[in-house]
Amino acid sequence: MEAVSPDLLTTDTESWLEQHERKDLLRFITCGSVDDGKSTLIGRLLHDTKQLLDDQLAAVTRDSRRWGTQGAEIDLALLVDGLAAEREQGITIDVAYRFFATARRKFIVADTPGHEQYTRNMVTGASTADAAVILIDAQRGVLTQTRRHSYLAWLFGIRHVVLAVNKMDLVDHSQARFEQIVENYREFASHIGMSSFTPIPMSALSGANVVEASSQMCWYAGPTLIERLESLQIDADHLQRTPLRFPVQWVNRPDSGFRGFAGTIAGGRVRKGDRVRIQPSGRESTVSRIVTADGDLDTAIAGASVTLTLADEVDVSRGAMISAADSPAEVADQFEAHVVWMAEEPLYPGRNYLMKIGTAAVTASVTDIKYQVNVNSLEHVAAKQLELNGIAVCTLSLDRAVPFDAYRNNRNTGSFILIDRYSNHTVGAGMLDFALRRSHNIHLQHVDIDKAARSAIKAQTPCVLWFTGLSGSGKSTVANLVEQRLHALGHHTYLLDGDNIRHGLNRDLGFTQADRVENIRRIAEVARLMVDAGLIVLTAFISPFRSEREMARQRFSPGEFIEVFMDTPLEVAEQRDPKGLYRKARAGELKNFTGIDSPYEPPEAAELVLSTAQMSADAAAEVVIRWMRARNGAA
Amino acid sequence: MHIMREVVAEADNPVMLYSIGKDSAVMLHLAMKAFYPASPPFALLHVDTRWKFREMYALRDRVAAQSGMQLIVHINPDGVARDINPFTHGPALHTQVMKTEALRQALDIHRFDVAFGGARRDEEKSRAKERIFSFRSDQHRWDPKQQRPELWNLYNARKRRGESIRVFPLSNWTELDVWQYIRLNHVPIVPLYFAAERPVVERDGALIMVDDDRMPLNPGETAQLRMVRFRTLGCYPLTGAIESTATTLTEIIREMLLTRASERQGRVIDHDDANATMEQKKQEGYF
Repeated sequence: MEAVSPDLLTTDTESWLEQHERKDLLRFITCGSVDDGKSTLIGRLLHDTKQLLDDQLAAVTRDSRRWGTQGAEIDLALLVDGLAAEREQGITIDVAYRFFATARRKFIVADTPGHEQYTRNMVTGASTADAAVILIDAQRGVLTQTRRHSYLAWLFGIRHVVLAVNKMDLVDHSQARFEQIVENYREFASHIGMSSFTPIPMSALSGANVVEASSQMCWYAGPTLIERLESLQIDADHLQRTPLRFPVQWVNRPDSGFRGFAGTIAGGRVRKGDRVRIQPSGRESTVSRIVTADGDLDTAIAGASVTLTLADEVDVSRGAMISAADSPAEVADQFEAHVVWMAEEPLYPGRNYLMKIGTAAVTASVTDIKYQVNVNSLEHVAAKQLELNGIAVCTLSLDRAVPFDAYRNNRNTGSFILIDRYSNHTVGAGMLDFALRRSHNIHLQHVDIDKAARSAIKAQTPCVLWFTGLSGSGKSTVANLVEQRLHALGHHTYLLDGDNIRHGLNRDLGFTQADRVENIRRIAEVARLMVDAGLIVLTAFISPFRSEREMARQRFSPGEFIEVFMDTPLEVAEQRDPKGLYRKARAGELKNFTGIDSPYEPPEAAELVLSTAQMSADAAAEVVIRWMRARNGAA
Repeated sequence: MHIMREVVAEADNPVMLYSIGKDSAVMLHLAMKAFYPASPPFALLHVDTRWKFREMYALRDRVAAQSGMQLIVHINPDGVARDINPFTHGPALHTQVMKTEALRQALDIHRFDVAFGGARRDEEKSRAKERIFSFRSDQHRWDPKQQRPELWNLYNARKRRGESIRVFPLSNWTELDVWQYIRLNHVPIVPLYFAAERPVVERDGALIMVDDDRMPLNPGETAQLRMVRFRTLGCYPLTGAIESTATTLTEIIREMLLTRASERQGRVIDHDDANATMEQKKQEGYF
């Protein structure tokens, strides 16, 4: 890589452009707290690499007078703090991306906030970064947040860390102070397995050792920040040396004569004639063409967007992966992974989420939180649920097997996001560590007598009537009446009642949200076994969350799960208060009580809605029986 | 290209907003590449204010014909009925009715759930924090607090019925990247980007081109022929030209890198006095 003289732009623009086109791109993040001078550092990088234009400079000069914290000086931080809300609070609350270039490289810097409550913003920036610049205030040294940022950067696979010891001007450019900080940091770094880092003493405010070497710190002979960023190795180079991974995005079929698989190479390289394996199906074939709009290629490397055609007619669709036949990805449906939680509503083990991994989308649930990592002390702590910004090592179970690599080997094929099925928000991000061995060893046992055979003997169509509603809405009462009538009609039934189950099977569960999720998961499993046995099952549980009712529904065949919503206003249920529970909850003696300090999410499309405020329990039971008769003539 | 394919794989009814500017030209060119040898499986949508430069309309029709894609042109009929124009009603109302409202109408009428746009993060401060997949409520509002985190290259394009997504495939491109792409790939662009002698009047420090006879001249004002070009293109009465002699792509890039004034400066719309006005416009549904 040759340095490009800025003068060349004036004298020979054509050559300058050719050189500029050959520059590679480095993405990095900056981490530090509000007061460490992070925004000032980025402003300084933009300013000193001459990325600022006249009108932007004029605007920041004007803004400095209005908002600035640097007196009469230009406050370079104002260049960076974009959204109006942030200006008012004086802190950065999101990830902002900035662009600049030097003679050697192009850069994208993700400016991420420092506070612990913004961990999710930081990991968003870290997920695509090649390097991290971790700011330390030379006056304050290595802080808790320095450790947190370093751990997160390292966890997310960033292998180039620059320790920017900032505000050296405020400690008299003291070499002793600098070395003391570096020594402290080194001790911590070895603790998290960080094998190397580059410490640089600097002052973002004056620009010392940012772009230009400092005259006040002659004792420092290392690179300036920009020199370091210009020379470190980017991840793309590393990815090219890994085995071929090509997640199929889209099947390109303009006419019957062409069938290509479009995607971006996630690892390694592909050559015409390469033997490949389609995963998870395991079929093998040979690459016959590498198609692009600019003509066919003989070879393409990681990062390239291409369309592959194969020599054989194999079934390949979106979500499949084309891998090197001699070095394929692993395929599994149970994993251990690091998960970062990004939503206000906590992660509950047992709840189903949509997982996007590569181009595949599957249903996934966390089966166990092994431990949560305290991001400040790095201690392992037990957890039953994972709150916003929490990081934990979890085991996950998927509804089908997917191809993957460990995150440390390939960030593209070892990363996933979790999506809430109702809000559709991205609620979690994860990095796969390894597949669980039990996923290879447990297989479903085939049995000859099936549900159809068992229900035929009973001459009934098995199903579950899932009563849901507030405490006091009449679930147990109505379910009881319905069961009596079904029994009188000669049906084999079983009523699973909330209070009764909690005395036995679920005796170990409390009323936290996490325990409620597990409660419902077990009920759903038991109900499913009973339906499989040919019974008509009635369940009477508050089951307040849509996600869990949906999870239960998915355990049954279509039409088997009948959601019965007891639509009773809170005031009415509270007035009834048959067990005196509302009174206790209002008095603060009962925590996490649905309707009072724990939410109830009403069904959006229940099969049956009973307004029990307006009808008697008998009338409600009659509605259910009539509905079932109408449904299949025989109940 | 990765982003465009993700959208096509997951959206019900995507569309590409085509503004005829250089960013749109690059975006369309990338789409042709991403789906080659097939044609991009979506239509182009041009939200027309009726006040674009004539050379823009000419390029639009030519490019649409060559691409083999369907071109949908939408003009706000209420705006036409009220004869909204930038002279009588001022730039703010004109933009509100003919761009912001018109865009919403077009998306609603055709039930597009995902729209590609050519915005870049380097254009303006509030854009720097825009996601690549930007969610809009069923009222087309943008809520900076409700945007989804984007990790790795895993994009979450799931949404409820009625919600829509604006997708910005060029988010991480700079102005220089755009020009270099045009240069290397010979992407056709509107000739107005190149310097030529054009009739202009000077108003409030901006050089406005007299593109047709709908433009009322103030007393004593006459159009002068000056050597000018445009760095961005919009409605001609709202787009300031710069004096320039750059007649080739290389000269344009050289001029851009040596002149120290940012791209959107020529646009009248960004220069309201209030802070962060672009953010407000976006919350209301401006692209």
